[in-house]
Amino acid sequence: MTTTVTSHRTRPPAQPSSLRARRLPGYAAPAIAVAALALSAVIVYGTDIGGPVLVVVLGAILYLAGLFAAANAVEGRRSARNRTWSALIHSAFVLAVLPLVSVVWTLVSKGAERFDANFFQTSMNNIGARDPNGGAYHAIVGTLEQVGFATLITVPLGVLCAIYIVEYGRGKFAFAIRFFVDVMTGIPSIVSGLFVLAFWVLVVSPWFNDGRPSFSGFAAALALSVLMLPTIVRSTEEMLRLVPAPLREGAYALGIPKWKTILRVVVPTALPGIVTGVMLAIARAAGETAPVLLVAGGGAAINTNPFENNQSSLSLFVYQQAGDASKYAPARAWTAALTLVALVLILTIAAKLLARRNRLSR
Amino acid sequence: MGETPHRSADAGTGGTRVTQSHEWPAGASARVAEAPVSTRSPGGDGLGGGGALPRSRKFGAERAFRGLTLAAGTAVLVIIAAIAIFLIAKAVPALRANTENFWSYEGWSPNETQPKFGIGTLAFGTVLSAALALLMAVPVALGIALYLSHYAPRRLGTALGFLVDLLAAVPSVVFGLWGRDIFINPVRDFSVWLNEYFGWLPIFGGDGPFGKSIMLGALVLAIMVLPIITSLSREVFLQTPTANEEAALALGATRWEMLRTAVLPYGRPGIIAAVMLGLGRALGETIALALTLGITFGISFNLIQNGGNTIAANIANAFGEANETGRGALIASGLVLFTITLIVNITARAIIYRRREFTESAA
Amino acid sequence: MAKRVSASNVTAYYGGFKAIENINLTVEPKTVTALIGPSGCGKSTFLRSINRMHEVLPGARVEGSLTIDDQDIYHRDVDVTAVRRTIGMVFQRPNPFPTMSIFENVVAGLKLNGVRRKSILDEAAEKALRSANLWDEVKDRLGKPGAGLSGGQQQRLCIARTIAVEPQVVLMDEPCSALDPISTLAIEDLMFQLKDKFTIIIVTHNMQQAARVSDRTAFFSIEKTGDPGRLIEYDNTQKIFSNPSVKKTEDYITGRFG
Repeated sequence: MTTTVTSHRTRPPAQPSSLRARRLPGYAAPAIAVAALALSAVIVYGTDIGGPVLVVVLGAILYLAGLFAAANAVEGRRSARNRTWSALIHSAFVLAVLPLVSVVWTLVSKGAERFDANFFQTSMNNIGARDPNGGAYHAIVGTLEQVGFATLITVPLGVLCAIYIVEYGRGKFAFAIRFFVDVMTGIPSIVSGLFVLAFWVLVVSPWFNDGRPSFSGFAAALALSVLMLPTIVRSTEEMLRLVPAPLREGAYALGIPKWKTILRVVVPTALPGIVTGVMLAIARAAGETAPVLLVAGGGAAINTNPFENNQSSLSLFVYQQAGDASKYAPARAWTAALTLVALVLILTIAAKLLARRNRLSR
Repeated sequence: MGETPHRSADAGTGGTRVTQSHEWPAGASARVAEAPVSTRSPGGDGLGGGGALPRSRKFGAERAFRGLTLAAGTAVLVIIAAIAIFLIAKAVPALRANTENFWSYEGWSPNETQPKFGIGTLAFGTVLSAALALLMAVPVALGIALYLSHYAPRRLGTALGFLVDLLAAVPSVVFGLWGRDIFINPVRDFSVWLNEYFGWLPIFGGDGPFGKSIMLGALVLAIMVLPIITSLSREVFLQTPTANEEAALALGATRWEMLRTAVLPYGRPGIIAAVMLGLGRALGETIALALTLGITFGISFNLIQNGGNTIAANIANAFGEANETGRGALIASGLVLFTITLIVNITARAIIYRRREFTESAA
Repeated sequence: MAKRVSASNVTAYYGGFKAIENINLTVEPKTVTALIGPSGCGKSTFLRSINRMHEVLPGARVEGSLTIDDQDIYHRDVDVTAVRRTIGMVFQRPNPFPTMSIFENVVAGLKLNGVRRKSILDEAAEKALRSANLWDEVKDRLGKPGAGLSGGQQQRLCIARTIAVEPQVVLMDEPCSALDPISTLAIEDLMFQLKDKFTIIIVTHNMQQAARVSDRTAFFSIEKTGDPGRLIEYDNTQKIFSNPSVKKTEDYITGRFG
């Protein structure tokens, strides 16, 4: 070897002299865990500062410290780091599972209470504080109509916008559109609600309504559209970009004009992916409460006309029941929440399955 | 929100190869394709929008379709501009009527004959709760994402990843309801405990009551954005090229070192995007916080006493009783929220775009 | 610096699939050994089991014994990371870390080992890049992204990264298959120089390459698809290419099969 290498020998050797390394025995980790828990229990109960939860939390911290110290002493710093991070990552997982499981469990157990035919066939019209009945029929109608109209508005607009970005857009203008689509994904739902309130409910709707501003399901659909649009544009854009270039070129080579190629070849190829994106956008929009609260107003009775008068939605129903003083309200709120989650999850699962079946999307 | 926004993230990270590989041919073919259209006799393809346009024969279906897509693209810019314009238009009269300083007054009584309202406490509460939520959620979310992508057995990782994606789709009102009905109990107990032993710290001080506090709101927010950040970062981590991971391992890296050398740097733009998206959700979250915060006015760092309020939660709570000026005041507060999220978003996008250029020029 | 690698009865699996069976061979220090054979014959699997990269894939495992200067690398007490530091690897496709500069790529291995001093890193990077015949091409742009280099330069960067940690054995898994002829030539030249310091084992599909660069050649083959790969013949390269003792090797060399 050259002399430079010899001089390198003064630094921590890059090459181990032996491949063998001292390792912590297999029982070390469990032993440290038990010791940590025991120590933690002694500390907590000895000083009487808390209960079993604190024992576990303190025990976990002591375990991490003990593991690091032991591994550091036996296996060296790198291995100690590796072990400690590994333990931390695993505990992050456990830590997060607890509340999420609790959410799901509560949702199912509390939601089942009113999950009956009456709930899905009646509205809240003439339901007083002492009535145990009452249902979410009107809210389900509202959700479906609002989300339906929002989809009708956003799908053509979003797909065309994505086509512009991918196929036609060049230069700064297309970049600006892309950039603002990204920015738009970050607009809070309440802001989109306020926008439609300021624009549609307060300014436009008086024209149709004898000069008085009017809440309506359609206004909610507009607000949801503002939220869905960027989502649909982004996903469609991604899907269009995944369409292989030879496919387009094959069509161009046949003398098919570009617009026809896009509509007949590119979009159909990307279609499953586009549909997936649309379904996920719908799932998100269906769960939005704030914009509906601001521009549809909510209501207790069934209103199937989305263009006039107050309309409710499932998420808004949950919120309103949550704020209701009736002792029967929480049960209704949880059942509506369960229905809403079921609706959203069915959409999401269907979208994911579709995406999985389709090779183009990921 | 589940799936889609992450695509913005992978366009900057994993998606580059696919995107690049066809972007050039698509651009090239555009030139090829336009020639036959303009030379062809217009009578041959009098389909579509041709009839709706001026008689000039240069205008064909191609132009019409192109114009249609351009209009759709422009609509995005128009909507953003319209949001700003209408919010400002409705906010200004209310701000004029305000008899106190909008920035510094601590309180919200815009419905009186002498309207008094200030954004300070609300903006403070919004930023505080969102920051706390991210502080708690991001490390855990990255931990879970790494667990799912690089520690868990592959099948388990995929299955759990799917579950996380589903949780990311659960509406916020459900988390709010859960926070208000269930989670408040352990949080209250914890608050009492903190108050007893750490009451000397101002953030844990006070005499109660405890429970519907900034802490509860921030925790619910954290739990809510956790699946979102996890889902997006997991996607990004999974896209790390195996070749780079193997390169790190072949240099003798431990698993953690492999993650540090290959996976985390590669995923950084995606992580930033995920965190910013989470921040955006946390800042704008309305219903979950309207259900879990104590709704008081006043700037306080106390985390455990009943209280706390945010711009969005205040809009949801105060909207019902608002008169004309009240609505305007709420819209003004929404404008402030819009500006805050806009700044956060533009900053995040700028970071991502710059990094994307770096990696793309490199690739 | 260079060490002897020997395999006895090495069998490797992917889950239930047996990829190679009972491989026995010894690679002498400071030589270049080529592993050749038809696709799917397990030569890459064997290569990857030498530095325990095989087990990175889920469900993959190795039986038998592999030693480097009489140290069993699959012994229970062996530190995998130490094995991989001792036995470096260059992959089929150049895989510089995309987020790192050229300099950072070269010293990535050293940094993992806790070397922090800038002067030492500078010195090591220059030495490794010089050894990889890349120094003159990149010395003015060490801070630029490593992924901005050409394919051949990237591969030499990866070689520099591998030899910067001063391993004793360097494994190369078809290092030239993604490169153009000129870059390939540069890497072959490099192998000649590197064998003064390292034991080199290279997997290649290119028989001319094997004949040009290697001292010894091992021919792997399979009976039919689904069967495990076996070592058919292992001898001096000259012998293998001029006068192989097994008929099957001759058939392969002369292009009659595979």
